[in-house]
Amino acid sequence: MKTPSPSDTSPKTLFEKVWDLHLIEPETEAAPALVYVDLHLIHEVTSPQAFTALEERGLKVRRPDRVFGTLDHSTPTTPRTPGAKPIYINAAAKKQVETLEDNCRRHGIRLAGWDSPERGIVHVIGPELGLTQPGMTIVCGDSHTSTHGAFGALAFGIGTTEVGHVLATQSLLQSKPKTMRVTVDGRLPHGVGGKDLILAIIAELGAGGAAGHVIEYAGAAIEALSMEERMTVCNMSIEAGARAGMIAPDATTFAWLEGRKHAPKGAAWEAAKSRWAGLKSDPDAVFDAEVRLDGSKLAPMVTWGDSPDMAAPIDASVPRAPEGPAAEALSYMGFKAGEALMGETIDAVFIGSCTNARLSDLREAAAVIAGRHVKQGVRMLVVPGSEEVKRQAEAEGLDAIFRTAGAEWREPGCSMCIAMNGDTGLAGERIVSTSNRNFAGRQGRGVRTILASPATAAASAIAGAIADPRRILEASHAQ
Amino acid sequence: MLSEPIKAITARSFVIRDSNVDTDQIIPARFLTTTERGALADACFHDWRFTPEGAPTDHPLNRVDRDTQRILIAGDNFGCGSSREHAPWALRDFGVEAVITSRAADIFKSNALKNGLVVCEIDEAAHAALLDREDLEVTVDVVNQTITAGNITASFKLDPFARTCLIEGVDPLGYILNQSDAIARFEQEHAA
Ligand code: SF4
Repeated sequence: MKTPSPSDTSPKTLFEKVWDLHLIEPETEAAPALVYVDLHLIHEVTSPQAFTALEERGLKVRRPDRVFGTLDHSTPTTPRTPGAKPIYINAAAKKQVETLEDNCRRHGIRLAGWDSPERGIVHVIGPELGLTQPGMTIVCGDSHTSTHGAFGALAFGIGTTEVGHVLATQSLLQSKPKTMRVTVDGRLPHGVGGKDLILAIIAELGAGGAAGHVIEYAGAAIEALSMEERMTVCNMSIEAGARAGMIAPDATTFAWLEGRKHAPKGAAWEAAKSRWAGLKSDPDAVFDAEVRLDGSKLAPMVTWGDSPDMAAPIDASVPRAPEGPAAEALSYMGFKAGEALMGETIDAVFIGSCTNARLSDLREAAAVIAGRHVKQGVRMLVVPGSEEVKRQAEAEGLDAIFRTAGAEWREPGCSMCIAMNGDTGLAGERIVSTSNRNFAGRQGRGVRTILASPATAAASAIAGAIADPRRILEASHAQ
Repeated sequence: MLSEPIKAITARSFVIRDSNVDTDQIIPARFLTTTERGALADACFHDWRFTPEGAPTDHPLNRVDRDTQRILIAGDNFGCGSSREHAPWALRDFGVEAVITSRAADIFKSNALKNGLVVCEIDEAAHAALLDREDLEVTVDVVNQTITAGNITASFKLDPFARTCLIEGVDPLGYILNQSDAIARFEQEHAA
């Protein structure tokens, strides 16, 4: 990594620092900037046509060593004994997975495949393996690539054509986004976590409110977040329309990364750490937009509509006099205007996805559900984010807690987040989900998704209705 | 490598009024298992157009004449959500050549322009006027970045590079490959 030239003393934001360090050619009036990509993550869904495009032109993958693949989107999560053949939803899903296996083999790309202990959701394994590092540029054909920004990387989703560009050239044409800082002051109250915070931020900004911007999350409440929560926050930046989300790396980041498989070791680690310590916005850096929130006023959040910005504190009611999209959303969800959210009945609970399927998320849900039972008639799926998360959770006995409570413990994958592998709800069902999108039909045709934190999802599973996890946690403490 | 230049599009319009139409609506995820191109016309807005049993619904999209109505007038924040390029592919396979809206999601816009689907963001008044009328003859002038439909006119601004690619048929990958030396130099300097 280049050190910025001493003459360049104008204050810069974190984003600008990372951007400048990766500029091959700056932006001109006629063309976007050409930006170098440090890490390219690929999966089976958005890559096949990119490889085809490459091969049609007789091109090679420029830097296979900077590409890492995994199988997550179309893969079944039904429990399977090690070594057993996965049973796909259909022939197309199978073919898609086999196509990636084949493409990786032919182009010398590392793949966390079926037999790999490293397989998992692309945005879970990148950080887990230490592939994700501060100051990197990271792209993937998936919009929640913003997750990696939690480490102070510039990470964003790209389309399949661009996947082809990066495979062929390790670089990408990009116009320079604008910057926005979202400062969250104060301390999150007990029982309120990263997921609640990002839902509140999205509700504040609106679904398109950060369009064209890279968000930097800052402030005392952000600094106090665990690494996992920071990933949850950055993960959903795209739901406010942002190009990416970033958090300046600090001691929390370094502690989390140290010792991970691909993280630098020994002297290289020390050198990296001192370099990374400079990755923060200069005190006088100017952002194109600034938003401020008081974290201490927040409560657990749930969504009441079919867009992630339709979110409210769990003890609130749905809009009283909805019009336009809000009215349509309420009717899609089967809510009556003005009804309290708490107590609305649900049919299923999904704990999973790159937003909330890391070990800490499973622990959070398990803490709520331990010794209790999923309400009769409610289906609960717990889908760990990776093989590693699954192993660790099993070592701690979390799988047993979920199973005893009546939940299904599944194999890692995207599962009901995108519902393309066969894990879907039924039309009309309400599902409390720890994933990131509540669009109509996202979890299956006609399915009504309620986004929430792992704790809220678990509490709701027990109640068979939207429920406040703080009440259960308080009751547990009182015992 | 050059693709077919697109300088102007004249076609009849059809309207999707809803705002925040996300790419999960444009193409539901279960159709993303494709490994090829060019077969997504049926998947386009599938769950709006077909019942779970596969019969056509009475959704207005099923009355669109796909041969002549090739310009989509869409509500605000069109194409939000998932970055799937399958969304513009599906629209193209359905027959759409241009989307006119007041605001389109960033990734959708960039994906669309890479696939010869022109996305025009116009002012709200003209947008509202277009949303109110079905089946208008609309001309999208990519060179001058204007829209004309009867007495409704509006201008839009494309990313200059995307515009050049469209009107000159420039292929972005070829453009990047031409900078291979600069990329190699960057890799050396950064010991990447
Ligand atoms: S879990 Fe959902 S959002 Fe995350 S990578 Fe998978 S499909 Fe995308």
